[in-house]
Amino acid sequence: MALRKLILGAAAFCFCQIVWAQSPAYGVGRKPTAEEIKAWDISIGPTGKELPAGHGTAKEGAAIYKVKCAGCHGADGYSKNHAPTLIQSKIPRPKEGVVHCLEPCVDDNNTMAVHSPYANVIWDYINRGMPLGREGSLKPDEVYSLTAFLLFRNNVITEAELMSETTLPAVKMPNVNGFAVAEWKHGTPRLQRYP
Amino acid sequence: MSNPSKPNRRGFLKGGTALAGLAAAGGAKEAAAQATNQSAAAKKTEEVIGYGERSRFITSKRYPVAGRHSPDEFGLMFHVLTPLQDSVGIITPSSLHYFATHRGSFIPDIDPKEHRLMIHGMVDRPLIFSVDELKRLPYVTRVHFIECLGNRARAADATVQDTHGLTSCAEWTGVPLSLLLKEAGVQQGAAWIVAEGAEEVKGSSSIPINKAMDDCMVCYAMNGEPIRPQQGFPLRLMVPGFEGIYQIKYLRRIKVVDRHYLTYDDYGHITADPKAAALTNQIGPKSVITYPSGGHKLQGPGFYEISGLAWSGAGAVRGVDVSVNGGRSWQAAELRTPAYPMAHTRFGFHWQWDGQPCTLMSRCTDELGSVQPSRQEVGKYWNDPPERIRVRGNDNTIQPWKVGADGGVTNGLA
Ligand code: HEC
Repeated sequence: MALRKLILGAAAFCFCQIVWAQSPAYGVGRKPTAEEIKAWDISIGPTGKELPAGHGTAKEGAAIYKVKCAGCHGADGYSKNHAPTLIQSKIPRPKEGVVHCLEPCVDDNNTMAVHSPYANVIWDYINRGMPLGREGSLKPDEVYSLTAFLLFRNNVITEAELMSETTLPAVKMPNVNGFAVAEWKHGTPRLQRYP
Repeated sequence: MSNPSKPNRRGFLKGGTALAGLAAAGGAKEAAAQATNQSAAAKKTEEVIGYGERSRFITSKRYPVAGRHSPDEFGLMFHVLTPLQDSVGIITPSSLHYFATHRGSFIPDIDPKEHRLMIHGMVDRPLIFSVDELKRLPYVTRVHFIECLGNRARAADATVQDTHGLTSCAEWTGVPLSLLLKEAGVQQGAAWIVAEGAEEVKGSSSIPINKAMDDCMVCYAMNGEPIRPQQGFPLRLMVPGFEGIYQIKYLRRIKVVDRHYLTYDDYGHITADPKAAALTNQIGPKSVITYPSGGHKLQGPGFYEISGLAWSGAGAVRGVDVSVNGGRSWQAAELRTPAYPMAHTRFGFHWQWDGQPCTLMSRCTDELGSVQPSRQEVGKYWNDPPERIRVRGNDNTIQPWKVGADGGVTNGLA
């Protein structure tokens, strides 16, 4: 058993060094153009290197929020429907009439600006998924402004700070160390000594 | 008392004779009932000839998880449970396979002719495939379960549909992801992939590259037909043994990257504790008795075949034990189907119920020798007070079913 694992491990190692980069064997599919890749690639990683040029402030964001977001998320980032809470509140909000929210429920304790690892993730999510029903309709400047607005209203940045492709990735997020990334290995239990 | 796990042959014979007598008495009536209602059948030519429908007497259905409607007020689908209490064998019919979305999403209406899959990022040759192009490539067909991380039993749950209905198992067909990644040529330093769906929120998850190169599949078929829209039509990424959120539906893009991207869909189910994080990706060894289970009613003392499902994200099921006395003693159950890796496996256990209240449990051991734990064992591991045990990550704890003196079966966690 131990030997088998060792061999498997060795095989996997050789695999990654040699075989992964081998030349194509089937020649099916086509090469996308640089423009196609740019248009499709909406993944904004931790470094923010994929962020498009643009900028915006919380003030600009507040105006856009009122028109494009408040209808579902509420004027203060809180609604009684299924649209998650976006803005924390110091004053406890009424619980009656709020639709039941399953774990992990987004409420005052874990709004995206407070919970998420990087400010880039907020940008990425608004850009790809909001406003619900008209996803992908926001321009980069609008997304920077809305992100700035949510960061400001959750006390992560000041109202005056300009968010752009260079400043956004540098925002110090309160929960940046809140995520452990687990390693995975073929043929191993999830966690040693877990019952 | 004879061994409850081994019904004696005389018991079987007696039962057989009784049945024969019954048939003789009611024979004429039953024969008449067997004459089919031809006119009803004729009305439904399309269902009979074109696309087969089940009997109108069979009513087993999925339903949304308690507490959040699907569709909700925005039309979003959330978590929909499969009726495990009616399941037999290991294949979940596609129409009953559970489905779930991270925070709710629409089910997109995708024209497969328009759909494309792009592979890009840290690769030598970015590639775009149409669905038809993918179908030209060598494929594999495998049986795999999918389970949602939210599949956790609560004391308030009545049936096995409520406690465990966020797992299902199907036969999946598609192209090995490793083949596609090799076609693209993965570069040095690549450590993760980010896979993305085409639905409105474009759900995306980070998957380690060693898993991507191991056994993942880009699937276009499920249970012998194109994947159903609720399951990701026309393409779905299969990440065997990993929690459901990784099995990206409506797969449209795979980006090879150098680090974990901690996307919206990633960060919500990860915490700072590395031990808890390790319990998220891969599903632990797990099993549940589906018959008899909550809501079933035993007709009286006598023979019952206990039936259930076992699975593990680490590989194949090696064995299942059953306890009919609340965990005081365990006996080996029989595996009734092949034990495929990362697939539901059906087990059976002969049981003579003596009419006394009792608690039924099952316990899975997988090919690594990992054993499904009890809630108490998990509580001890985390030092949780017994009345507030919190199962981190995937909840694979043992499910008790209580059988009352009246034959009624209820949730043993209550
Ligand atoms: C039609 C209703 C609707 C509109 C309009 C809308 N949202 Fe949402 N939003 C939702 C729902 C519902 C969710 C939950 C995710 C889902 O189910 O897709 C959500 C989720 C979010 C989230 C993720 C929160 C979390 O922590 O999970 C953010 C951020 C967000 N919306 C921002 C915005 C912004 C910014 C706008 C305006 C540009 C906007 N939304 C407009 C309904 C809406």
